[in-house]
Amino acid sequence: MNKNAKLPETEEGSVLFNVEPIIVKHHYEIDYLHSYAQDSPFFAGLTKGTLLGSRCTGCGYTYATPRGHCMECGTRTEWHPLPLEGRVHTYTTCHFGGEAFLKETPFTLVLVEFDGVDTLFLSRLVGAEPEEVAVGMPVRARFRRNCTFKPTDVYFVPA
Amino acid sequence: MRPVYMITGGITKFAKAHPEMDFRLMVKEAFDYALNDLPGLTRDMIDGSVCSYFSDHFTRQLKAGAMVQDYLGLCPKPSRRIEGGGATGGLCFQAAWEAVASGRMEVCLAMGFETMSRVNTWKGNEFIALASDTNFDYPVGGFYTGYYAMMVRRHMFEFGTTVEQMAKVAVKNHRNALHNPYAQSPAELTIADVRSSPMVATPLTIRDCCQMSDGAAVAVLASEEAAARLGGQAVRITGVGSGTDAMRMADRPHGGVILLPHESSVDYTGLKYPGVHSFRAGRMAAKLAYEMAGIGNPREELDFVELHDAYTSSEIQTCEDLGLCRYGEGGSFIDGGHSFLPNIDYGLSFPAFSPTARNHIPVNPSGGLLACGHPVGATGLMQAVFAFWQLQETIAKHLGDSTLQIPDARRGLIHSHAGTGTYITVSILERV
Repeated sequence: MNKNAKLPETEEGSVLFNVEPIIVKHHYEIDYLHSYAQDSPFFAGLTKGTLLGSRCTGCGYTYATPRGHCMECGTRTEWHPLPLEGRVHTYTTCHFGGEAFLKETPFTLVLVEFDGVDTLFLSRLVGAEPEEVAVGMPVRARFRRNCTFKPTDVYFVPA
Repeated sequence: MRPVYMITGGITKFAKAHPEMDFRLMVKEAFDYALNDLPGLTRDMIDGSVCSYFSDHFTRQLKAGAMVQDYLGLCPKPSRRIEGGGATGGLCFQAAWEAVASGRMEVCLAMGFETMSRVNTWKGNEFIALASDTNFDYPVGGFYTGYYAMMVRRHMFEFGTTVEQMAKVAVKNHRNALHNPYAQSPAELTIADVRSSPMVATPLTIRDCCQMSDGAAVAVLASEEAAARLGGQAVRITGVGSGTDAMRMADRPHGGVILLPHESSVDYTGLKYPGVHSFRAGRMAAKLAYEMAGIGNPREELDFVELHDAYTSSEIQTCEDLGLCRYGEGGSFIDGGHSFLPNIDYGLSFPAFSPTARNHIPVNPSGGLLACGHPVGATGLMQAVFAFWQLQETIAKHLGDSTLQIPDARRGLIHSHAGTGTYITVSILERV
């Protein structure tokens, strides 16, 4: 037993914003090891300039954004190459955003529709001014040369 | 299932920041308000609780609900957390209904909070966007205002909805809130003010969007026997419904409309539903709630609606989902003046409209999320408290102003909404 035991002193301190009430800054940061799991072939496809959707092996429903099992009937889907040209189903230009994307504003988001495909695909549209974008506008997929293994490895431009 | 009543409720003021209160104290303040308003009810009569809060990121405290339970002195009674994005509060209200309807509890406390001021707005937007698919949606530029902007852009394309119609929703809800001291951002706005505000995501300006908030709300639900024993002026919950849709709005089907009893399929020839312009989960929730409450024509049979107007556009879309007007008519419905309060000057004119009990249905008399704020876990319960006070005809007592009291309100609807319409609840409350 040591009656004079002490916690070591530190020079860490705290960033203090206010005293009534006391408001201090806490830093909070996490690295995840995220698996794309059954969606992995989609991201691999982007590195080869292909856009893979899903087609249900039971009912034939086709998805522009991949899913391993059909939302309509529950059957397993197979990979289904999408056309690289489609149309703008709807759009917006974001002037603000989440912190991670603030430095990229303004950017234009589009939902793309493809002939013969039942659902849509969310992507960025570049190469058009906000006022030049319209519902029904033809667009074409382009792919990043240096991949990031994110869905932004594909983006769309006016066709 | 047995009848369930709401017997009391309470809220804190919703504010940009309440640094003087942590989440436990905010809920305690709302809880004490509810207890004081029903002298027959004491803490020991509460059999357990359900606690709603949306994001552990905002709280930076896991199992925060357990800390609220002990702070209120409710240990060792049962409690659990309810979470479902923006619909967290509405889901919590229905979880309390289930606890009482099933006979598991005689008296159940539904309590909710959110502390969104602890991070800056842009980090908050990021946290909220994590409630979209983090493989395919979030990394593209995940931003909820952007998602809603795309949804209303398609609504405009399909139905001719205009930005001025959306602005009228902001004018209505912010002016209603001038009479609500609990509201975060009451304002006397014009259509021009809304349109000239900073653009967030085209076509939505900052006045088309609700704000982030700190706040708490509670609702106490009870069996018929307990409600009679505890006194006060209980309100019966006559209908509950909820629905879901695909997380990614890109995955929404383009099929047929789910019809309400007063509608016919010929109303919607050629309409591909829900697409990204409508909320199928909201229609499902409404259909189930109306069936339970025996409502055949909601516009005629409801006296008011408190709905989840996180955006002006979503109020227009939701009026359609709830069957207050047909799909596609949400814009002309707001133009017509049907959802405004007749005793408030909005600086707008509705020459063709003379309100009657059958055609008049005030929407968001409290000010809604747009003007009250949206501390996510509290929001759906805040709606329940305002609906409860409307049906008790105690608005003047609680708000210190009778302007928002709807005369002889007998039946109201509350609507809570998550994601881009992924979880939605509808509950019907009635005076007894």
